[in-house]
Amino acid sequence: MTELPRVGFFTDTSVCIGCKACEVACKEWNNVPADGLDLLGRSYDNSGDLGASTWRHVAFIEQRDPDRWLMMSDVCKHCTHAACLDVCPTGSLFRTEFGTVVVQEDVCNGCGYCVPACPYGVIDIRPGDGRAWKCTLCYDRLGDGLEPACAKACPTDSIQFGELTELRDRAQQRVARLRADGVPGARLYGADPADGVGGDGAFFLLLDEPEVYGLPPDPVVTTRDLPSMWRHAGAAALAAVAAVAAAFLGSRR
Amino acid sequence: MTEPAMTDQRPGSYYGQPIIKPPTWKNPDVPAYLFLGGLAGSSATLAALAELTGRPRLARAGQLAAAGAAAGGAGLLIHDLGRPARFLNMLRVLKPTSPLSMGSWLLATFGALAGAAATATVTGLLPRAAWLPKAGAAALGPLVMTYPAVLFADTAVPVWHEAHRELPFLFAGGALTSGAGLGLLAAPASEAGPARLLAVAGTGLELAAERRMTTRLGGLAEPYRQGRPARWMRLGQLLTAAGAAGAVAGRRNRLVAAVAGSALLAGALCTRFGVFEAGLASARDPKYTVDPQRARLAAAQSRYGHGEAATTTP
Repeated sequence: MTELPRVGFFTDTSVCIGCKACEVACKEWNNVPADGLDLLGRSYDNSGDLGASTWRHVAFIEQRDPDRWLMMSDVCKHCTHAACLDVCPTGSLFRTEFGTVVVQEDVCNGCGYCVPACPYGVIDIRPGDGRAWKCTLCYDRLGDGLEPACAKACPTDSIQFGELTELRDRAQQRVARLRADGVPGARLYGADPADGVGGDGAFFLLLDEPEVYGLPPDPVVTTRDLPSMWRHAGAAALAAVAAVAAAFLGSRR
Repeated sequence: MTEPAMTDQRPGSYYGQPIIKPPTWKNPDVPAYLFLGGLAGSSATLAALAELTGRPRLARAGQLAAAGAAAGGAGLLIHDLGRPARFLNMLRVLKPTSPLSMGSWLLATFGALAGAAATATVTGLLPRAAWLPKAGAAALGPLVMTYPAVLFADTAVPVWHEAHRELPFLFAGGALTSGAGLGLLAAPASEAGPARLLAVAGTGLELAAERRMTTRLGGLAEPYRQGRPARWMRLGQLLTAAGAAGAVAGRRNRLVAAVAGSALLAGALCTRFGVFEAGLASARDPKYTVDPQRARLAAAQSRYGHGEAATTTP
């Protein structure tokens, strides 16, 4: 099999109008069940957060200085070094031929390890179903040469789908243009392969600090430290052996 | 038109919402498993040495506890699954990058060995061949005590991941005091000498690891130091220390030894609840995720002289 180019999303929040067409298109295409039509009463955000039944989430942030509204359609980042995939004990989570990260629902046993492993808080267990769910980057559509439903539905091209290398080039040009135009705080998030997750397959152009959008400022794949964890666990196991042995040696009759 | 209210809008977070998802692991299933796993691991090791040194009742208690606690712990883990009927999928692959995969294989092997050892002890069948499962369970015991620390640390939960150096020692200490506590409860004073010493050693290890952990975490130790987790941790320390003292004091008094043993077991259980709930608390508040990452970025900035995060490129 020839290696397919890695694909992903470039979500340019500077042109997001908060229409939530991405949320709706995702729900419809992927048959994601309703999880309550909540009026949160704090902004036009009524889905709150990414979760097992919200695979695109539009965040709304109202700011006074500068006086502006920030809107951002969040999604699974499809990390280069994906913690959810690393820690999954069943092999349910896997990397596809498109370089994306997908859950096989017929394998997932709902152990929930991927949930706290994700540095972005994306994947979650669906109540009543018991299994973990998240964005598949429309794996079924990719196979048929279609773009994901959210990107298809986005009316302003805030969500752009394509080959990752091309998207990164496009994003660099876009952020340079915005900065030249004097847009404050324009920056790319998750576009750098040198970051703590090896770069995101779905990255963003933001207009403020990541945490303002509910994103971690410096996410690191937790398994980066796994060798150190096992080393310390090994040392602790040896200490336990030594303690037990000493207890017997110390109480010889 | 009225302006939308800007409730909960505080800088540095999205309406104060958590950034990472708190674990969906059930309480008390998972902390109770941690306790039983630790008890099982240390009991198996203790039992093998007890048998080797001619302490049959201490050995028997350890073998039965190892098998019982391993079975009980596995039951709790299966109950914790979103799809318990699919628990065998845990053994579908052997995956070194997943501590839960490694742990499942470890626990399955250990459980089988401990079960065989206990069966041989109870039935008296195959007394010669029984050394194999006994020695096998004893050898795996220390890993059963400490691998859950890797399981917890290998997450984005701030107070677990950042404590990945100390958690294995904390868990080892609690596992040793659990095994010692059970030995004090079950064995006569004439055989309980090693359990008494182990109670003291395990207590020292646990208290030292706990202290080192909270010191090194600095401000991030807050979830261990306030609210319910703090009460669990303090109660755990108190019971453990009292149990160790009682173990030494009750050298000749079976009743004092039994009370001390119970205190050690209860103390280890409390500490597990404390660690578990501190993790949940640290996952729920975005500041515990954001602040250490910001500090890391600031440190990188002063080191390399450029300010932008690797994640955010200008």
